Amino acid sequence: MKVQLRDPNTIMKLSRLGSFHQSKLSFLRSFLNEFKDWEYKRDLFNLDKFGYGEAVYSFRKDKRTYSLVCFANEIKDNERSDRVIATKWDAAFTLHDGVPTQKDIDRLKNEVPKQEVGRLSFKELTLSRANKSVRVFNHVVEKLSEGKQPDLELLSKVGYLYRTTAVYGSGKFGLADRFRIKNREEINGPFRLEMMLVYLVRQFTFDQVNHVAHHKNPSKAVKLDKKICKNLGIGNSTGLGMAPFIVNHPTLLNNWVLSREIALKKIREIKTVKKKESDLFVDCIKKSLTNITSWNTDSEYQQIKIKNLLKDIKKFINFIDKPFDFEDEYSFNKIYLWLENEVCEECIEYVVSIMMEPYNEITTPLITQMSSEEDKYFTIPSSRSLIELRNIIEKKYSNILKINFDKKQNTQNFWFISKNKEEPRLADRFEESGSELEQPLAIARDVKKLYEKLLNTTNISTVAEFLSINPELRHIVRRVFIVEKFPYSEIQDNTIGKNIMPIDMLRLKLSFFGALKFDPRSDKWLRICMFQGAPLPDELKNYDEQWVYRTSI
Amino acid sequence: MKSLSEIETTAKRASKAVGFSWGESEEIGKCIRQLEMFGLPGIKHLNSYFHDKIKNNYENLSLINQSNSSPSSPYCPIILGIGFLDQLKTLENYKKIYFSNIAYPILFLSFLSRSSEIIGKKINVKFDKKEILLNLNVNIYSNVLELEFPKNSKNLEINFVENKDNFSDEEWRSLYKLSENTFVEETDSLKKGAAGAGLTDND
Repeated sequence: MKVQLRDPNTIMKLSRLGSFHQSKLSFLRSFLNEFKDWEYKRDLFNLDKFGYGEAVYSFRKDKRTYSLVCFANEIKDNERSDRVIATKWDAAFTLHDGVPTQKDIDRLKNEVPKQEVGRLSFKELTLSRANKSVRVFNHVVEKLSEGKQPDLELLSKVGYLYRTTAVYGSGKFGLADRFRIKNREEINGPFRLEMMLVYLVRQFTFDQVNHVAHHKNPSKAVKLDKKICKNLGIGNSTGLGMAPFIVNHPTLLNNWVLSREIALKKIREIKTVKKKESDLFVDCIKKSLTNITSWNTDSEYQQIKIKNLLKDIKKFINFIDKPFDFEDEYSFNKIYLWLENEVCEECIEYVVSIMMEPYNEITTPLITQMSSEEDKYFTIPSSRSLIELRNIIEKKYSNILKINFDKKQNTQNFWFISKNKEEPRLADRFEESGSELEQPLAIARDVKKLYEKLLNTTNISTVAEFLSINPELRHIVRRVFIVEKFPYSEIQDNTIGKNIMPIDMLRLKLSFFGALKFDPRSDKWLRICMFQGAPLPDELKNYDEQWVYRTSI
Repeated sequence: MKSLSEIETTAKRASKAVGFSWGESEEIGKCIRQLEMFGLPGIKHLNSYFHDKIKNNYENLSLINQSNSSPSSPYCPIILGIGFLDQLKTLENYKKIYFSNIAYPILFLSFLSRSSEIIGKKINVKFDKKEILLNLNVNIYSNVLELEFPKNSKNLEINFVENKDNFSDEEWRSLYKLSENTFVEETDSLKKGAAGAGLTDND
């Protein structure tokens, strides 16, 4: 039986993309799998009794070493902010390519804590900073120093000791360009080194909290229980900075979503599902309920989504518990068709993610196809005809063409880059100034504009001729030829409409990172948790691959 | 040191700021990145061109012919470069293309370098006694690397170099003969047993 890939017109809608969940394809899980055989070491731990100072952690294999260099600093409570406008953080980090010399550490000590206004070199690969969850961190220090373990209920409400507020890579602030490392065997998936940084930061937070507690009361203090550590992740606050990324990297977006779609198609095409495969799937579904019930958020928007997800997952468990027989042919296809008819988008994508759990042989090869050689597709095939261009638009953007951009509500917002922080922002076109400096992120509107121009163009046959008199449409012509080859490269929605939820764009990206527990703080930023339940570095040699569904906090 | 990613992004944004469209600015960002990667002064010349652009007029040539001349004001190297990329399939039919009066020829070179990769042929460029070989966008070979690139070129000639060997048949034969000294002369026994395939394949 042949199953068709799902229609991009459905899957690439923002509401659907904003319902995606982590899966085996997610970058933090594929990072752990890739680096599980590497030697982990804490090379330097030079903190004072309050936990301030430097530390270095590394992964090494053969002649390759990656070192996380950490700088923990004292800041005042009123200086602590997760917003991108902050200038000081509790800790700052960089992933150094190789073993840092003392000279490197001295140089980095001057630059890394400054973050965006510091300068890194080609020897550094990623850069980040993080703030304590003060309430949780202080509580844990207090309890450990008294010889007790912390209150699990408090920990479960937050899920981490620190949260990062940005993770930079790929040439930002002088960091190494991606081309310098992309051919390394271990970098065969996107954001590998960003994931490594976050993972090692997590370990630093445990070591720091133990260290501070010990110095507070050396005779009585105990270490944070390893099981508790394992059930803590690292938080992350994410704002709009992430949203334009998925618009600006269409072939990369395609490769992420296409991998997910191919995995689902192949699973639906499995004729006979083995018992151990169905058992694992059912086990993960049932155990994952903890992830939903421990998903805390003050966001009404997300609370409704979680409520519906929980209701639908229970309905689904009921469906597979009672009359369902995995020995029937194509049982995963039956499950998928049932989901489409019976449950919400959030639940469909939740179960799709879990369907991948038993099938390493399907997901592993796909992980290596999730990067993109973007430059290969940059050149516009300008010798092609305008008729071809028009046909592609009609075929690939049929829903977009139905949007009426003469209506004010459909062009309500505009994307811009703030002068203060050089970060993307979204504002009301009719109430704020600056729309004349709009970024080219209104793809739907510009596609429609191109299409209307094509309908009114006569006596011109090639794209080259068209571009010579319509240079303002060049960026969008390029995209149309990209979407011709890459069906999932375009968000099939209006990114400047009145009702846009930018957090849907953030959530799409974060789900591929492997984030859990999306906690929107507004429609423009959210908090998440990464690596919660993940093995600790000294457990990597032999760990439970389904750790995501085995958390107990 | 600035990363290539920073160079591309800043060149793109600056290009938009001086009036190029987003699509054109994307092309400029890519080309300046490429020049800098080859060790050529892309940022320096782009910066200088944008400052001159405020005071001077430049001719936007959108339809390129075999021979192109702009007696009054110099051609804008960027519009010329983008036009060259777009019309490449047609232009390739000319063996040589001539331009007179181009501003900042190094900026035009970056587009020609990309063109070389797209058509899979080397492109030879001559201007003002300078000679440059654009090698499939893998590298740029030039006799002017140490010199200052001019702000203006009076006459510029482009040759599409047909794909052919850079050496004579005799030189090849001589080298090939040497390489044969790594081969083993086959005896009858080796002919029968060493290849792996069957002796009769009539099945």
